[in-house]
Amino acid sequence: MEMVVSILAAAVRSGTPILFATLGEIIIEKSGILNLGLEGIMLIGALTGFSVSLVSGNPWLGIMAAFILGALITLIHGFISITLRGNQVVSGLAMTIFGTGVSSLMGKAFIGKTIPGLLKTPFPVLNRIPFVGPIFFNHDLLVYFSFFLVIFLSWFLISTRIGLNLRAVGDSPRAADAMGLNINRIRYLAVAIGGGIVAIGGAYLSVAYNKMWTESMTAGRGWIAVALVIFAIWNPTRAALGAYLFGGVEAFQLRLQATGTSIPTPLLLMLPYLLTVCVLIFISIGKGKGILFGAPASLGQPYFREESE
Amino acid sequence: MNKWVWLLILVVFFAMGSVALAFDPIPAEDLKIGFVFVGPVGDGGWSYMHDQGRQAIEKAFPGVTTMYAESVPEGPDCARVMEQFVRNGAQLVFATSFGYMDQVIEVAKKYPDVVFMHCSGYKMADNVGLYFGRMYQARYLSGLVAGSMTKSNIIGFPAAHPIPEVIRMINAFTLGARKANPDARVKVVWLYSWFDPGKEKEATKALIDAGADMIGMHADSGSTPQTAEESGVYVIGYNNDMSSYAPTKCLTSSVWDWSTIYVDIIKKVIEGNWKPIDDWWGMDTGIVKLTSFSQDVPEEVKTLVQEEQEKIINGTWDVFWGPIKDQNGNEKIAEGQKMSDQDILSFSWFVEGVEGEIPVSQ
Repeated sequence: MEMVVSILAAAVRSGTPILFATLGEIIIEKSGILNLGLEGIMLIGALTGFSVSLVSGNPWLGIMAAFILGALITLIHGFISITLRGNQVVSGLAMTIFGTGVSSLMGKAFIGKTIPGLLKTPFPVLNRIPFVGPIFFNHDLLVYFSFFLVIFLSWFLISTRIGLNLRAVGDSPRAADAMGLNINRIRYLAVAIGGGIVAIGGAYLSVAYNKMWTESMTAGRGWIAVALVIFAIWNPTRAALGAYLFGGVEAFQLRLQATGTSIPTPLLLMLPYLLTVCVLIFISIGKGKGILFGAPASLGQPYFREESE
Repeated sequence: MNKWVWLLILVVFFAMGSVALAFDPIPAEDLKIGFVFVGPVGDGGWSYMHDQGRQAIEKAFPGVTTMYAESVPEGPDCARVMEQFVRNGAQLVFATSFGYMDQVIEVAKKYPDVVFMHCSGYKMADNVGLYFGRMYQARYLSGLVAGSMTKSNIIGFPAAHPIPEVIRMINAFTLGARKANPDARVKVVWLYSWFDPGKEKEATKALIDAGADMIGMHADSGSTPQTAEESGVYVIGYNNDMSSYAPTKCLTSSVWDWSTIYVDIIKKVIEGNWKPIDDWWGMDTGIVKLTSFSQDVPEEVKTLVQEEQEKIINGTWDVFWGPIKDQNGNEKIAEGQKMSDQDILSFSWFVEGVEGEIPVSQ
């Protein structure tokens, strides 16, 4: 029992950076923009979060700075994809390479330093619920913020007018344009806010989780998030499930080893990716039959108004 | 005057050629060297220490040009990187990770005039030499500290990949721990990654949950010591001084100092004395050592380490001299028997006291 709680708590802990990145990407993709630059944006977020926390002594300033810089950096991708109508795959990959390089270059001075960072803050009252308490409510505040974000986004995307507008822009920009929505403005906003949240995912790693900076410390988590968006079929709640599954499988196999059980670990590690491929097949079959599930219909396609400007 | 100098150089040149040396001397200012690193040079660990060695070359031989490529994955990709170095004029390439081994041999066959030095491998050729340090000696000494100071007798060990190098380190560490404390056990968790701070953290936490009150490590980032510090558990560092990540909990670290061996190799190449040999330096050369102990390490432990270290440096005893039993208690190395370097380099079994499995495919 104690082992199960410890694994599930580890799943939440190690799933959180992926969850932030996935939620950010869902916002961006819902507006119809494909962003493959998550790994780079997360790294920039991690470095910004760490360096500002170290210099100012306040981890929250670091996280805010990561959000702002993440938003600004992702706007470069926005500019290429929205205004210049460039190839979003190429621009996204360039963001990854750019973010990795820039963070390595600027981060040299911060290697080998640690910060107190965000401390564990048990959630009052809720942390005393048996089983659920130690799993979900015995973390740092940023983890609780991710819970809030999941609930907020689920409500926002489905039940608000702005959420509806955002989905309309991603599904059918032409119809949305005819409705009088400003396509570019909505897309820019989605890219900036989503990019900022992705960067918080990176900052979580360096400020709350590892409390240090090393080059390429995201170690592929940005790419896992890209897969998770599909796995979650663009739904924030399923994104949380997916992120904890990815995190949990990892925590589970490490603990299995520590207790001396021998299950071939590569098999376990493969599982979430296998599920992602299954979901992808499922979505593709649906698409052939005209069912979209949650995939934005115009994802990755630049929008041209018919009249020339 | 000038003419005579040149003549002298020519004579020396041909004289050396006639002694059937495969490689000509290369003047320092013409020498270009390529380094292939498996992690980022800023990893604060393995690649960082090799890069310190590269910088030592630049300092010792002004005029020598060094180039490096970082975060080069093991496997086919690294062959491209090495070929690129050769095309850019490198006469000497250092491949600094075990997993580059097959590609080094393959690229070296294509460019017989270029010298390749592979770190930590076991395949050689006419133009491929090996270099490495007997880190296991420092590992053994750090194991003594871990064994002496664990109270639960469980030492956690997050380890990168199940390859001979890592197995050797775990074995030496365990032999040390059990020399000091025959009840100590070393629990191994494989990360299947050289560098993933998040995973290293989770593995460390898993081991602490499983009862470990002392942590060893064999991975490339500072995440393990940082986690140990956070959890209030002692840690023995590796690669470089890990006390920056665990200021109060890091007891000591077994560290590399590559500068002497790199400078030695470059000297041989410049003088034309380079030969494809397997250079495996011991603790006596200073290539591996322990960092200074934390204040928590008691005097008697320090004395024990000092005694064992002297035996190793004097050559009166070494870590893998029998008797050594394997994990299941079967005697592998008999009393008075010494393991050969070949056997030490291709370790595929755990010594008694290690808890963990080596996947069968290895």
